[in-house]
Amino acid sequence: MLELKNASIGYKGGVLAVQDVSFTVKEGEVVSLVGSNGAGKSTLLRAISGLLRPRAGEILFNGEPLHAVPPYDIVRKGIAMVPEGRQLFGRLPVIDNLRLGAYALSSKADAERSLAEVLGLFPRLAERKGQRAETLSGGEQQQLAIGRGLMSRPKLLMLDEPSLGIMPKLVSEIFRTIREISKKGLTVLLVEQNVFEALDISDRAYVLQTGKIVLDGQGKELLQSDMVRKAFLGM
Amino acid sequence: MYEQLAQQIVNGLLIGFLYSLIAIGLTMIWGVMNIINFAHGDFLMLGMFISFWLYTLYGLDPLFSIPICAGALFLLGLLIYRFLVSKVMTGPGLAQLVVTFGVSIFIANAAVYFWTPDFRMIQNPLLSGTWTLGAVDLSIPKAIASAGSVVVSFLVFLFLRKTKTGKAILATEMNRDSALLMGINTERVNALSFGIGSALVGIAGAFLSMYYYIYPQVGGTFGLISFCIVALGGFGSIEGAFVAGILIGIVQTLGGYFFDPAYKYAIVFAMYLVTVWIRPQGLLGW
Repeated sequence: MLELKNASIGYKGGVLAVQDVSFTVKEGEVVSLVGSNGAGKSTLLRAISGLLRPRAGEILFNGEPLHAVPPYDIVRKGIAMVPEGRQLFGRLPVIDNLRLGAYALSSKADAERSLAEVLGLFPRLAERKGQRAETLSGGEQQQLAIGRGLMSRPKLLMLDEPSLGIMPKLVSEIFRTIREISKKGLTVLLVEQNVFEALDISDRAYVLQTGKIVLDGQGKELLQSDMVRKAFLGM
Repeated sequence: MYEQLAQQIVNGLLIGFLYSLIAIGLTMIWGVMNIINFAHGDFLMLGMFISFWLYTLYGLDPLFSIPICAGALFLLGLLIYRFLVSKVMTGPGLAQLVVTFGVSIFIANAAVYFWTPDFRMIQNPLLSGTWTLGAVDLSIPKAIASAGSVVVSFLVFLFLRKTKTGKAILATEMNRDSALLMGINTERVNALSFGIGSALVGIAGAFLSMYYYIYPQVGGTFGLISFCIVALGGFGSIEGAFVAGILIGIVQTLGGYFFDPAYKYAIVFAMYLVTVWIRPQGLLGW
């Protein structure tokens, strides 16, 4: 479904944050990109969602090159992103944040269907519909960010550090939700520093270190690998 | 004494509502693009001149020029965004600052060249005369211009809050990257906002032409005052600009009444200085 071929990505005027990275995400999978802070995980997601352009290499979605698609049309291809730090529209009410999530849908009926599904998945959001997004708690904000991503009825959902800044108690709830979403047939690409939880729910994972993929395999398999245990789990 | 005071407050409100409309246009452009349109006052002048010439050449009353002024300034804003402002959006900050300044100087001088620096007025517009309400005299053209400004301001507010396009503008203003992720063409939002902001000041120009002198430099003071209003209300805040416009209108007239008319603008700018000193984000800013 998603394929990166030898992608090198960097910020304007800076060094390359990601070098010669190749990976694939197949339909229906949950794939994690794990690694420490600064390894280039978020850079990869930003490039896939069009906010950054690769300097070299290709990004293909169902065989179609994405790097030629304008950033605002990526979502129309079926890719939604839940950005790091949630990046909600803070001064707008919850309901408007969700409706903006469906901005790219041309059919009103689809948007209404999405809304009903998302509110069903996150009943807390239904209770807080009229509240400004910035007044929600961290956990609720993350639910809203995920809900907003789901509103466009994507085929691929990308989540950037969904557990960041969330109370530890709520972290496992977030991961449970991600699992639930993937069971409904959605393909998930997850970026996480919370390596244990991420690998636990993933079919496959790639380990990034300073902009390069150093290891890949099945989620459970990587959890057992010496390298992952030493570098990320402190065992 | 009280009657005069009431009269001054009414006068303040009358000009204040118009200030609000002018400032909403400016704050909208700032909110979306973080660009100060220094040509905003000159756009006001263009609106006034369009209204003046439509009246002088074709006998069209300023009241009916309003949609024409709105359309013409919308188009002008769109073109200036497309061909000038968008080119410097990713450039250095100084370029962004200077580009609209250049537009301002160009428009003001072109107006002097084509229309001479003379003061003009629209003689005998459809709306004239005064209403007397108790002790307060209400100039009819001013009252209609103010009421019209309130209506237009409210329509802008509704447009932003209730329509899909309006929400896309607010979303872009709050978080440009997220707006892109939602599928919003933020470049188009920029152009649209520049157009709408300009159209609003065009409408204000048509209103103002019903009772104010029209000359090429007329935008200068109005432009400066609208910067003060935007700063006072909070950069980018529509509601803030509305409230601050009324406030500045009242302060200006009361200041002129209690001290000396010569000082009325000095008091307005003093208020601006105090604002940025005490509350740099403005009354309703964030």
